[in-house]
Amino acid sequence: MGTSYNPSSSALSRRRFLANIARAAGGAGALGLGMGLFARQAQSLPAQALRPPGVKSESDFLAACVRCGLCVRDCPYPTLSLADIGSDVPVGTPFFVARRAPCEMCDDIPCVKACPTGALDPNLTNIDDADMGLAVLVDEETCLNFQGLRCDVCERVCPLIGEAITLERLHNMRTGKHAIFIPTVHSDKCTGCGKCERACVLETAAIRVFPRHLAKGRIGAHYRLGWEEKAKKGESLVPGIIDMPDRLPEGGI
Amino acid sequence: MSTETQSVKTYPGRDAVLSKGWMAAHKWLILRRVSQFVILGLFLVGPLLGTWIVKGNLTSSLTLGVLPLSDPFVLLQSALSGHVLASTALTGAAIVLIFYAIVGGRAYCSFVCPMNVVTDAALWVAKRLNLPKGWQPSRDTRFWLLGAVLVSAPLTGVMAWELLNPVTMLHRGLVYGGSFVWTVALAIFIFDLVLSRRGWCGHLCPMGAFYGLVGRASVARVSAVKRRDCNDCMDCFAVCPEPHVITPALRGADNGVGPVILSGDCTNCGRCIDVCAKDVFRFDVRFRNAAPEGEGRDDTAISSDRHAA
Repeated sequence: MGTSYNPSSSALSRRRFLANIARAAGGAGALGLGMGLFARQAQSLPAQALRPPGVKSESDFLAACVRCGLCVRDCPYPTLSLADIGSDVPVGTPFFVARRAPCEMCDDIPCVKACPTGALDPNLTNIDDADMGLAVLVDEETCLNFQGLRCDVCERVCPLIGEAITLERLHNMRTGKHAIFIPTVHSDKCTGCGKCERACVLETAAIRVFPRHLAKGRIGAHYRLGWEEKAKKGESLVPGIIDMPDRLPEGGI
Repeated sequence: MSTETQSVKTYPGRDAVLSKGWMAAHKWLILRRVSQFVILGLFLVGPLLGTWIVKGNLTSSLTLGVLPLSDPFVLLQSALSGHVLASTALTGAAIVLIFYAIVGGRAYCSFVCPMNVVTDAALWVAKRLNLPKGWQPSRDTRFWLLGAVLVSAPLTGVMAWELLNPVTMLHRGLVYGGSFVWTVALAIFIFDLVLSRRGWCGHLCPMGAFYGLVGRASVARVSAVKRRDCNDCMDCFAVCPEPHVITPALRGADNGVGPVILSGDCTNCGRCIDVCAKDVFRFDVRFRNAAPEGEGRDDTAISSDRHAA
């Protein structure tokens, strides 16, 4: 071809070349867009899937974890596993479900040491500083301690007993003469290891570990607690204000 | 073309089997399969027998507790999504890059990647069933996909491709025992079998495209050193997964082009060496690429048809 009709031959090949480029670029663009949407969707990790220690945020983790599974291999317990294809957890990433197998809080943190990319932060050297999530007593209606019983199991198994979970005493209004020991999680100490959720004696745990952003409220930035401000200043914030006597119910203390 | 070989030909490589024997005519194919399965086996010894030789998977591994290896393609995505990589991974990727810069970039595809077994199986079945080739997009499509993969990482801030990458999914599933790993293998098998012959490895895979870029500078290359002996039987083109790479080297004598296959697309699989009854090809280094004077064959005047595929 091309001997008798030379000009069109080069125009044709140029047209085909441009069409090929356009098609390939369009395909690549569509794939890129699809990947972007898929990536966005995949970042919504299910609440019961917890990351190993040393993960700062889910999006940082999905940029850093190459899904090699070396953390899974070096975990001495059956805690960590890699997400299967079709799972709600982004494919191939390590996670654990506290109710099945919690983090056992190894002192030497072998999973972090095994990570080749730094997706599990190597600066985490004390497992008590880990932040895998935050335990929340989600159901006061079934928690045995809330019924006035002395289950206490979540507090007993807590690796930071007396710090991350304490038992706060309240008056038992039902019996009128007993105490209720409320399991209370302290967010500055809880590592989210999930041993409390694992050990909860109920058929479905009343205390559960959630990612911190789901578990924690935040007070308004403008909000001031009067008694704290007063303590800070050492005196009343409004000088000369008259402190009226508190009115208590009849027969009150 | 010599008519007597044409008339009795039933499959590519038959002449080589008759002249060299079956083993010699399948040497590199057998070595490739051994390599693919031994490497997979090394990863499986630990989880199956409890004796750890290689821990991890192809994206990052630790051999005998000392040698870190990492996939530079996956690590590049990680770096582009904004992660500052730790030194272990960078060391591992450097070792891998140097290794493939020596043995040939896409030697990864032909000697290591588990997906190659799947796509080769699809091709084997497709040829026996005489299925149509189907969709044959440009072989450069993979570079566009590679671009899309690398651009999507900084745009999404995560390794978006690794949520979809069937290659890493397959190997991870094989080593860690995912219950749905077969779906990935099946999807690529069906794609290659009925939709697009050699579609995945030959046209689309961005991972192969990445290693192909490494291969553009790699040392070990197939060379048509005895191209003067070529009898145009076309067997090498028939078995080659990237047949366009052969033409310049095999038929470039008249244009002063050297005998070494320089294209990064070449997977260094060595199948052309196997099937050539005239022993035209062998592994060589890319630097021995001088086109000797007066080497051109007097019986041919073949245009450099770059679209021989």
